Amino acid sequence: MTERTLRGKVAIAGIGETTYYKHGQSPDAEFKLALQAILAACKDAGIDPRDVDGFASYGDDRSDGPRLAAALGIKELRFSNMHWGGGGGGVAASVANAAAAVHSGMANCVIAFRSLAQGQFARYGRSRTGAAAMGDDAFLAPYGLMSPAQRFAMKITRFMTDNGIRHEALRAIAMASYHHAQNNPNAVMRGRPLTAEKYEASRWIIEPFHRLFDCCQENDGAGAVLVVPADHAKDLPHKPVYLLGAAQGGHHRSAAPVHNAPDYASAHFKTVAKNMWDMARLGPKDCDVVQAYENFTGGVLLSLVEHGFVDPKTANEQLVLENLLVSGGKMPMNTSGGNLAECYMHGLEMVNEAVRQLRGTAINQVAGANVVAVLGGPMVTPVSSLVVGTEAAL
Amino acid sequence: MSTTMNRVLPEGLPVPAQDGLAKPYWEGTRQGRLVIQKCRGCGKYQWGPEWICHRCHSFDLGWEEVAPKGRIWSWQRPHHPVHGALNGHTPYTIVLVELPHADSVRMVGNLLCGPTDKVVIGAKVEAVFEPHDEADPPYTLVQWRVQEG
Repeated sequence: MTERTLRGKVAIAGIGETTYYKHGQSPDAEFKLALQAILAACKDAGIDPRDVDGFASYGDDRSDGPRLAAALGIKELRFSNMHWGGGGGGVAASVANAAAAVHSGMANCVIAFRSLAQGQFARYGRSRTGAAAMGDDAFLAPYGLMSPAQRFAMKITRFMTDNGIRHEALRAIAMASYHHAQNNPNAVMRGRPLTAEKYEASRWIIEPFHRLFDCCQENDGAGAVLVVPADHAKDLPHKPVYLLGAAQGGHHRSAAPVHNAPDYASAHFKTVAKNMWDMARLGPKDCDVVQAYENFTGGVLLSLVEHGFVDPKTANEQLVLENLLVSGGKMPMNTSGGNLAECYMHGLEMVNEAVRQLRGTAINQVAGANVVAVLGGPMVTPVSSLVVGTEAAL
Repeated sequence: MSTTMNRVLPEGLPVPAQDGLAKPYWEGTRQGRLVIQKCRGCGKYQWGPEWICHRCHSFDLGWEEVAPKGRIWSWQRPHHPVHGALNGHTPYTIVLVELPHADSVRMVGNLLCGPTDKVVIGAKVEAVFEPHDEADPPYTLVQWRVQEG
């Protein structure tokens, strides 16, 4: 039996993104943003958009594949895929699903994307009024537990308390993203650097570990990548960026209702990370750069721990700002500004940044980067992550 | 255990739907009893309510009263008002309470405490039933307070 793997079988041939806007600031409709990002990814790859034959997304993206296919005059739609789960838990899964479709022969040229103009829809962190709380929410909302931050906060409280990890470790994660964003012309937080003093002076969202700057913003924009078979990628303009490993899912009953996951104080990556590294035949020490999705900085901590990048015993020493920067850091992280400071594009912007790092075209370039990990949205379920590399990493 | 108290949070928050799968739980709280799912197949508790036992796949799930006591497994103290009704009423404290005598299921509620009181993981707590008699239909929330002694 041949090995069942995606390692080296497919490549990201093109990346695209729109201008990134603050919440509610996009002059364009969400669907138009999706179209712009997809066209940009096709142009980057040197591929006629009409030759795209599949779409994969996540987080209940409102720009559905069949409508995109019709709007773009796609010749033939062969793959149309939505990954279950909210937020950015599915960012790597959308790329992996596109990759699986391409590798299996179900499709040839698939766009994985996210389009998001939250300003045109509901507001995060503010619940709708009126209706009765149904299902799980009946046991949560009447107690004032409604927002994403609140859904995850008690995981972080428990993990950090158990392991004696200080809030300063989370501050370093936030400051690294803001630091890298200052050089990035498309970062929404460019020109708004974050100092330790500004962080410490920011208001509490939730005690004991969520100040304002520990929480993601809301943004408008879209991002897309084009996934093709590895053989095809070699004929296209850019140096191919190969998928080395990808996994999605969650550990035993990670979606158990009313905060009853047996292994609760977790980002839900424990099995997913192992599966990803096994497929890639790599580990955290092989990575030159990490892109770690920030919904909340505490989630980044959990995610880094579960992927093996950080040992909880030494997290306070490891998670210091200078260690996370492109200039001199041992673990350069969120090199374009991440969700916190480039744009909260549910992590798709991190996949684009991973590709730029491997092409050698990033604004904050890590010299000679050959392997980059993208850790998707933590603490939701299912979660997903991936690792990509240059030809040298194959 | 007490059945009278001031409410932890102001009026106007979403009210629980009390129908369907969770009906016996809400009926229990109205009587000041903590009633959760217990599988008649394997005898284990589970929470929140589900149509099937996740251990033995029996659909024969009963409901049983459990002692309204537990210990704090984790906590949070929100300051940002996530709902209009909470404006001017933050911070408040949410606890995740483990019930060790009921297969360690966990329940979410508010902790009766001051806005700056220290919350200790592992502290023993007991339920306080908070009736909302004027609601239509009436309902009762289960809150928690640190057990004396």
